[in-house]
Amino acid sequence: MKCSHETIDLAKLDEVLDRYANVAGSLITILQHTQEIYGYLPVEAMYRISERTGIKPAKILGVATFYTQFRFKPVGKYLIMICQGTACHVNGSSEIYDALVEELNIVDGETTEDGLFTIKNVACLGCCSLSPVMMINEETYGSLTPEKAKKIIRMLKEQNI
Amino acid sequence: MKKQTRIALRNCGNINPESITDNEEKGGYEALRKVLTEMTPEEVIEEIKKSGLAGRGGAGFPTWFKWNAARSSKEDPKYLICNADEGDPGAFMDRAIIEGDPHSLIEGMLIGAYAIGASEAVVYVRAEYPLAIIRLNKAISQAEEKGYLGKNLFGTNFSCHIRIKAGAGAFVCGEETALIESLEGQRGMPRLKPPFPAAKGYWQKPSNINNVETFANVAWIILNGGEAFSAMGTQDSKGTKVFALTGKINKGGLVEIPMGKTLREVIYDIGGGIKENKRFKAVQMGGPSGGCIPEDYLDTVIDYKKLSQTGAIMGSGGMVVMDETNCMVDMARFFLDFTAKESCGKCIHCRIGTKRMLEILNRIVDGKGRDGDIELLEEMCYSIKDGSLCGLGQTAPNPVLTTIKYFRNEYEAHIYQRKCPAKQCKLLITYRIDEERCIGCRVCARNCPVNAISGNLKEVHVIDSELCTKCGKCMEVCRFKAVVCE
Repeated sequence: MKCSHETIDLAKLDEVLDRYANVAGSLITILQHTQEIYGYLPVEAMYRISERTGIKPAKILGVATFYTQFRFKPVGKYLIMICQGTACHVNGSSEIYDALVEELNIVDGETTEDGLFTIKNVACLGCCSLSPVMMINEETYGSLTPEKAKKIIRMLKEQNI
Repeated sequence: MKKQTRIALRNCGNINPESITDNEEKGGYEALRKVLTEMTPEEVIEEIKKSGLAGRGGAGFPTWFKWNAARSSKEDPKYLICNADEGDPGAFMDRAIIEGDPHSLIEGMLIGAYAIGASEAVVYVRAEYPLAIIRLNKAISQAEEKGYLGKNLFGTNFSCHIRIKAGAGAFVCGEETALIESLEGQRGMPRLKPPFPAAKGYWQKPSNINNVETFANVAWIILNGGEAFSAMGTQDSKGTKVFALTGKINKGGLVEIPMGKTLREVIYDIGGGIKENKRFKAVQMGGPSGGCIPEDYLDTVIDYKKLSQTGAIMGSGGMVVMDETNCMVDMARFFLDFTAKESCGKCIHCRIGTKRMLEILNRIVDGKGRDGDIELLEEMCYSIKDGSLCGLGQTAPNPVLTTIKYFRNEYEAHIYQRKCPAKQCKLLITYRIDEERCIGCRVCARNCPVNAISGNLKEVHVIDSELCTKCGKCMEVCRFKAVVCE
């Protein structure tokens, strides 16, 4: 697993660890808070978690890589989650994905060079009645067509010029 | 809404989910009061037994039996766990209950905790449901303030606390022992059973795990009596069940109906039939663990046993309707892609078998299927079923088995004729322009994203199949039906 190396401020993580380091079974909760702070799981942070909890680094990485929620690289300003659940699939979610790939020139899991967009295919988002659906950060966009999806991206691009 | 009978969803949409008084006005926490002040735990279990309530998460195991097993375990402390890791793509009833009526879940859990003798309860919620987590947190604080949750409830010596644990995205954590591993901060890999969680579960202590919808029925059963619940349904399946009706359906959404209705009634009478008057092909039930049920079986009665006989399962209640334009081989590939990614890797048959099956399905939809592939898939299905420890692997072949059983002709068309009868698999279709119909208006050429269509105004156009990406845009925009897909 290749991870990003950069110096990060560990003070905020220490606050999380003050609360959870000695509570059994809290590793996933700690990792979730870590990701909330940094946007991803930096290597330094995982080593600090290891020091404070006594859990071996390999084990921490083992748990982190098991769950799809955790990332090891920073994501773009807009994290686009394209639902690939059954209802969305039946209603053409792969065409939505193709449209975004065409518009942004990146594929699943990648981030645009300007650091604005990351595309991620995800399992069901649980809004099947609006299928096909994508979520950009906290916002849900439903009943998409390839054109509609591209338009939303263009709108966000314009907001960031 | 008509033809529905709402028990688990009784308050969803009718109350403000962030107001505990709204819930109280609808009789909220009355069942808890009755249980704590008038009933023994054994009487509670007896009432649930009378109701015939079975696990709504998919397996359909009798709820009273699990409660009784956890109650009978001698060790302390005991834990009650709510499985809200709703991972089945195409199902969202648990989300709707937590977001729409969180207090009914809390009340059901407290009754369950009292019945088994637990003083600590945990709700394991999918991380993808942030609003559900916010609403549930709020509801827990409100219940604590009102004295419905915490110490010495209703002046008795029963105390119980509930906390939330957010999952981190792993479908296998819907399996109860994997869920327990995840609660303990580990990789969510299933444990060998026995020992069952009722004997050794969370932190090796007796634990009882039920699904959200199961708990949402409990308070109603206590207030209305087990008989009222068991009066609905069939001989083997009692009460009501919530389904998430989605896909190519006119009126999709959550529907709660008494067991015993037919699939046809749900899809046509409640769901209003198929979108755009297309022809119904199949309904997928039970998500990645379930199967596709064809038109001939539309009169199948909704009942755990009857649905299993078709090769599908009741599952958590996902009901995805598919029409003539949906390819069944692609559907099987879609689910295998999902289970291959979500296999935890513990059992070799599941880890490698699903991958190999996915490769075979990929080559079939790409037009490179081989003679004998169907038989090879079937053989692998049975090996994976036999060689897997948990429900994920044991049921992962179901989407493939049911599509082969009912739509073998589609597999054969892909392999032997290199054709996709539903015209969905892009590598097996071509677009061409019908010379008789084309008037040369250039609309298709202007709309083609890759400039694959040539031809002058008022002359017949031609599609260059080398350049064509088979997006179907030309067919969509042509007003003269001159674009043919074959």
